[in-house]
Amino acid sequence: MLFWQILIDGFAVGSLYALGAMGFALIFGVSGVLNLSHGALMVAAVVAAWAAGNDLHVGPYAGAAIGVLVGLVASLVTYFAVVRPLQNSQKIREDEKEIFILTATLLWGIMIQELIAYFYTNNAKTVSPIVGGVINIAGVRTPANELFTAIVCWIVIGVLWLLVNRTRAGKAVLAASMNPRGVTLLGIELPQIYIAVWAIYGVLIGVAGVLLGMFLGVSSYSVGPLTASAFSIVVLGGLGSVSGALIAAYVVGYLETMTAYLISPAYRTIPALLLLVVVMYVRPRGLLGRR
Amino acid sequence: MKTQLWRVAPKFATYAAAAIFALAMASPGHAQSGPIKIGVIAEAQAVAGSSIPQAAQLAADEINASGGVNGQKIEIVSYDNHSSAAESVRAFQRAANEDHVNAVIASYISEVVLALEPWTGRLKTVMVTPGAASDVITQNIAKDYDHLKYTFHGYLTSTSIADLVCAAAKDLLATQLHLKSTVVMSEDAAWTTPLDAEYLKCLPEAGLKVLDHIRLSPDTTDFTPIFNKIEGQKPDVILTGISHVGVQPTVQWKQQEVPIPMFGISSQATNSSFWNDTNGAVEGVLYQAVSGPDVAVTPKTLPFVNAFKTKFGNFPSYAGYTAYDEVYYIADAIKRAGSTDPDKLVTAMEQTDWIGTIGRIQFKGKDTGNPHALKVGPDTITGLMLQWQNGKQVNLWPEKLANGKMKFPSFIKVGSAQ
Repeated sequence: MLFWQILIDGFAVGSLYALGAMGFALIFGVSGVLNLSHGALMVAAVVAAWAAGNDLHVGPYAGAAIGVLVGLVASLVTYFAVVRPLQNSQKIREDEKEIFILTATLLWGIMIQELIAYFYTNNAKTVSPIVGGVINIAGVRTPANELFTAIVCWIVIGVLWLLVNRTRAGKAVLAASMNPRGVTLLGIELPQIYIAVWAIYGVLIGVAGVLLGMFLGVSSYSVGPLTASAFSIVVLGGLGSVSGALIAAYVVGYLETMTAYLISPAYRTIPALLLLVVVMYVRPRGLLGRR
Repeated sequence: MKTQLWRVAPKFATYAAAAIFALAMASPGHAQSGPIKIGVIAEAQAVAGSSIPQAAQLAADEINASGGVNGQKIEIVSYDNHSSAAESVRAFQRAANEDHVNAVIASYISEVVLALEPWTGRLKTVMVTPGAASDVITQNIAKDYDHLKYTFHGYLTSTSIADLVCAAAKDLLATQLHLKSTVVMSEDAAWTTPLDAEYLKCLPEAGLKVLDHIRLSPDTTDFTPIFNKIEGQKPDVILTGISHVGVQPTVQWKQQEVPIPMFGISSQATNSSFWNDTNGAVEGVLYQAVSGPDVAVTPKTLPFVNAFKTKFGNFPSYAGYTAYDEVYYIADAIKRAGSTDPDKLVTAMEQTDWIGTIGRIQFKGKDTGNPHALKVGPDTITGLMLQWQNGKQVNLWPEKLANGKMKFPSFIKVGSAQ
């Protein structure tokens, strides 16, 4: 019973983590940007979906769509207003740009967090679930919404895989993540790839955010922990490796779920962080890292 | 070097003297001819906290419209503490030293109020909290009355709240539904330590055997393992003590269709916006409060609620009711003291006998274990037990103030464990 419970819950949590972290890994892999506003963008998507339901009285599907749309828009705004001006700046030395972008995205995240708290308070918000009720799986009363979360995550991951491996644009993105200079030699414009990647990222965090909002709920306080969890999953998986992030997400998801069930929910995040420290010592490039 | 020092020294001495003079002038308690200033330090970004400055302003406006206090107007000076104890202390220092407030209404978070408490003595400034609950606030006053007598507890202590919950549990759960066992589920915070201690004592007396006691981290996002553990113990009811968390456990309780009712303290459930915040998942949750939107606890309750709703567009949080009352009884104390001198104000506050929106306000005396805590009982404050039903907060207890009957969503199996 407990075994099945952990298996099911860990899978749902891991799928959600995977979706959130894959976009984060993709952005880093392609453009070298560590986007510390990640959690804030996700929370923005959730709050938008929640507000659409409550203030505009739209249904759960429309609410979810608005949430994803806000994730996409927020991601593109982050790229055009925060990241790109710094990448193109002549005044900042090339080798200092990474740290400038890191700081800028962190501040941008704090700004979004404060704006959300100001307009929508820091109390937690949940998105109205698309599917309700519970399903009995191996004696475990599982919310249908939890299964829905895992299924949607895998559909989106599958679509992303097809996009990257089966389309020309996707292959260009993949190539750019391996060798940006090589891609430009092939006549592909890097800025276009960046825009495509930030758009994909926006959809990923929009979907992940809305699902998280339906499954567990978030508040403006979740901004930091969400960024931190994506960051540690991506570091664990290997910076820039999307498949590494996928595996690491499940490792962290199951480790957290097992801790919560077998030890105490209060210590939930600790073993995953310890694992991160161990991986940093033993294999600094992460599970599937190239760099 | 020596000559330079000689040149600078007198200048330095002048500055130092000026600074000392300024500090001396800044010390509170000086008679003022301007308005009576009440500082409000609150969590503007939290639902519970955002009502505090609003309700205080409403009370001040009403008092000013009817002529003020001893001919003086009341001015509310608000500070947003961002839910932080450190920011609250800075705001308190600014309120006392720079803005020269005559009293402060501060916070619904016990940790914040406990951090401010020593400063009330150091800066000799009266402070009343509209929403913190920890008993330690008033226990500290008992230990060091001379320094901490400036602190007043304008909301119920955790022990009092637990006693009120137990009284309601006895009537509603043990007598009415014949429930016999419970698991206490509370968040790990300063206010729940005395709450849980009292729960464990008073619940068995109310007829509910406590099978387990779970303290959850306020950072918890996934409550599945907790509900899972509770369900395994087969209690008839979950007794809650939650305030910092609220939306997430409620939504997950509904989503997982945990078949056990939730009853107790769920501070966020007192907010009228909680139905929307949880997308209706709160249906059937029972929670203790000192007031409710449609419950005329005193003749002042509903006029306040209506005025608040008209002015701000939403219903006040629980701390809104108390903050509103606090401005009134601080003004009343200043009137009776005939002065804003902090020591005279303390004496006058101790003699408070004010019918507010939540009941009759009287403070416990110096010689009790909890000086300056609100008196609780049939003659003062009895509290309520409400239940969310179809988007409305319906009062079930005490019977004379009830405006509905207890009912549960279909996934709840009342008394299934028996």
